[in-house]
Amino acid sequence: MEFEAVIGLEVHAQLLTKTKIFCSCKNEFGAPPNTNVCPVCLGMPGSLPVLNKRAVEYAVKAALALNCKINRYSVFARKHYFYPDLPKAYQITQYELPFAENGWVEIEKSDGTKKRIRIKRIHMEEDAGKTIHGEGFDENSYVDLNRAGTPLIEIVSEPDISTPEEARLYMQKLRDILVWIGVNDGNLEEGSLRCDANVSIRPKGSKELGTRTEIKNVNSFRFIQKALEYEIERQIKVVKSGGKVVQETRLFDSQKGITKTMRTKEEAEDYRYFPEPDLPPLIIDDEWLESIRESLPELPDQVKERFISDYGVTSYDASILVREKELAEFFERAAKAYKGEAKRVANIIISDLLGVLNEAKLDISDSPVTPEGIAGLLTLVDNGTISIRVAKEEVLPEMVRSGKSPEVIVKEKGLVQISDESALREVIKKVMAGNEKAVKQYREGNEKQKQKAVKFLIGQVMKETKGKANPRLLNELIPKVLEEG
Amino acid sequence: MELLNKSLRELGNLIRKKELKPSELLETLLKRIEETEEKLNAYITVTEEEARKRVEVADRELEKLSEDEIPELFGIPISIKDNINVEGVRMTCASKILKDFISPYDATVVKRLRERGAIFIGKNNLDEFAMGSSTETSYFGPTRNPWDLERVPGGSSGGSAAAVSARSALASLGSDTGGSIRQPASFCGVVGLKPTYGRVSRYGLTAFASSLDQIGPITKNVEDAALLMNIISGQDSKDATSAKVPVPDFLSSINGEVKGLKAGLPKEYFVEGIEPEVKEKVFEAVKRLESLGIEFEEISLPHTAYAVETYYIIAPAEASSNLGRFDGVRYTYRAKDYKDLIDMYKKTRAEGFGDEVKRRIMIGTYTLSAGYYDAYYLKAQKVRTLIYRDFEESFKKVDFIVTPVSPTTAFKIGERTDDPIKMYLSDIFTIAVNLAGLPALSMPCGFDSSGLPIGIQFIGKAFDEETILKVGNALEKELKLNTLPPL
Repeated sequence: MEFEAVIGLEVHAQLLTKTKIFCSCKNEFGAPPNTNVCPVCLGMPGSLPVLNKRAVEYAVKAALALNCKINRYSVFARKHYFYPDLPKAYQITQYELPFAENGWVEIEKSDGTKKRIRIKRIHMEEDAGKTIHGEGFDENSYVDLNRAGTPLIEIVSEPDISTPEEARLYMQKLRDILVWIGVNDGNLEEGSLRCDANVSIRPKGSKELGTRTEIKNVNSFRFIQKALEYEIERQIKVVKSGGKVVQETRLFDSQKGITKTMRTKEEAEDYRYFPEPDLPPLIIDDEWLESIRESLPELPDQVKERFISDYGVTSYDASILVREKELAEFFERAAKAYKGEAKRVANIIISDLLGVLNEAKLDISDSPVTPEGIAGLLTLVDNGTISIRVAKEEVLPEMVRSGKSPEVIVKEKGLVQISDESALREVIKKVMAGNEKAVKQYREGNEKQKQKAVKFLIGQVMKETKGKANPRLLNELIPKVLEEG
Repeated sequence: MELLNKSLRELGNLIRKKELKPSELLETLLKRIEETEEKLNAYITVTEEEARKRVEVADRELEKLSEDEIPELFGIPISIKDNINVEGVRMTCASKILKDFISPYDATVVKRLRERGAIFIGKNNLDEFAMGSSTETSYFGPTRNPWDLERVPGGSSGGSAAAVSARSALASLGSDTGGSIRQPASFCGVVGLKPTYGRVSRYGLTAFASSLDQIGPITKNVEDAALLMNIISGQDSKDATSAKVPVPDFLSSINGEVKGLKAGLPKEYFVEGIEPEVKEKVFEAVKRLESLGIEFEEISLPHTAYAVETYYIIAPAEASSNLGRFDGVRYTYRAKDYKDLIDMYKKTRAEGFGDEVKRRIMIGTYTLSAGYYDAYYLKAQKVRTLIYRDFEESFKKVDFIVTPVSPTTAFKIGERTDDPIKMYLSDIFTIAVNLAGLPALSMPCGFDSSGLPIGIQFIGKAFDEETILKVGNALEKELKLNTLPPL
């Protein structure tokens, strides 16, 4: 029997607000332990939460970007459990009435097909602190509450995901969108985005859902795919050997690449949810919602479509360009500054600029090369001042190194192309004199040998001119000079 | 004693006119505390040194300030119930689990009093985490009633009420979740006001039942209550449930006209279980108010019958949630021996909380459990709405409502500790007010045959503390009771 998987993801995304969700402590990663804390996020007796308006705006922005319906009336609730890094012994979250529901994102699979993954709900909540267990002989555990109170949104998908690859693509898509709209930094290693996966299997084509397991804390794109691949295979083995999948929570061991039982259904906690009495219901009125909607930038998919239709960029290139907002903006500015085909702008950015920047360990956002610089570089090629090879190999790296304009670099380094026919003829004659064998091959050889000889001589001329010879002119001139004898 | 018997306004005037030094006032008060504490146990902590340091500064500053620069509470010591945070001062909530907790911050009410010149003299005893009606559940021992040391002062703000009554506090702030300001005020013959929910910031008040808790004044007279209300009321950016409602000048409005006001007497409040003498004195007060031109009519608050049951679902549910943080991890007492984290939690909480607190945590944990939530908590919230609607209906006809505060006068220490239900019933007339979020004033209206104070309650419309303070002030002037206990 063939099986198929049914997967739903719960993704926690930290919001990039300056302060925490219920107090004015700084929201930042990496501060010394327990320094960004106050009576509120420490859960001191008598302290009360006050909702950060900016956190709501970021959350709503995310929900709008994920095509959700915004609930104008939503309610915070307390979720109770005991753990040292949860100072109040409850987490303030949303339960029965979340602020957003019924959204979707579209993923594009490796074979080019597209699939819509529905989003069931998004709710706002606070992050917990961190418990760090001592190593070696240190039997203590340490609690750092800097993270306690970091604003989070939990994005719950419908079980629309069918393969580990889709799960990874969905997560990547979420990340790209959230980073694009500026509400999340996309840093999975620092826990800015965390994922729990619910997965079950069923006979292919069946409509019924199997018993699911939940895999906790799969926190890299690679691990999501690996954990799910392992877990699906495990469940299939269980069923094929006549067993039953047990409803439980499992933990992914990234070292071994396996999932292990964390707790079974019987051990599941009763969170005793009830409406948070310290916070009035969250009401998002028309005016507020509209102002948030207006602050939302054009989304990556829309920009991609526009790049294809307005600039004639290939679909492949467009999807690379919209991976980062800064990159898309860079391209568009360069394309606007350039008189020729925008396709060439996309090409030089993707196949050359990004590589050079990467070598210099620079992001597009701190590129010393301006979009106008890229347009200028291509223009120099178009008007014959330099060859495309010189542009890519000599000028562009220098632009990144020095931040100078291409025009200045070409002038300073004397890279102007030799397009003067008589000057080129001199060089060709000199090269012919030093390469009699090739000259002979041209004159006595067949068509194929002739071509080979020309090619060789072009290379020699280029070498002689340090690449500055105008290749087009050279192509015409060499056979001519050879024929002239 | 003469000095300590003066109203806050009188003391403020003496200081302003530089006829009284803050240090003199403090020393007089400290002497009174010393005289009475052994008998009363009204304080858990007396911050003598800190207060002395502050008045020393105040004495000096006073010299430099002109009369109208001096705020109304300049150099006047106030005591605070020990479930409200005062920075740098121990806050125990009368619990073993917080016995060594030093508060790192000021409650908003404390901050506001400080800004008006007040200094803080100490922390008053209470029932553990404000759960109780007698101040007997305190880890630091019971407080005694200044009118009869064999009797309870009421609770949970029993320490505040006893101290104000004995004049070992000039005024105090208490908290009221089901009657915790009004019932002890009644038992001790002082004035207590539970403001409208949202009128006073709860920031810094250790939460018992968040949707019911309010901080309010406990004072010798109505005028003092009005003065403190002027200072502590008003929206606070640190409390999202504090209301954006303008604060009137309560002090200037207490002398306003009461003639023509309409008052309601709920028939359900004057039936079974009420001591005849309590009923009698309340009706005598009603007659006096009638003589001042207030018109009375009978009203009905039918759902009051379910108030106690409703309260004992909602309050423990919220309490079980609010008290989870006392887990031995951070600032609390922690059990000595434990084998793992769960064991540490269990032992810490088993050893750290008293019986009444544990009882309520268990009730609340149960009613919030999956499968029970709808039947208990959600249902109770619906009844709560009905209780509120009863009041809403009545307030279409009347300006305020008159009831007794408690069915009895102060009972004997130990008398009800083994019978929680009987204990809970002593709040039967006060609880509905919290469920409805309304303001209510408790003040003395006479004494029973054994000389114990009897209290009367005025319930006002939401955010209309003005009316009940005005009526209270009128009654106080009319009755001219001697509320100084024979201590």
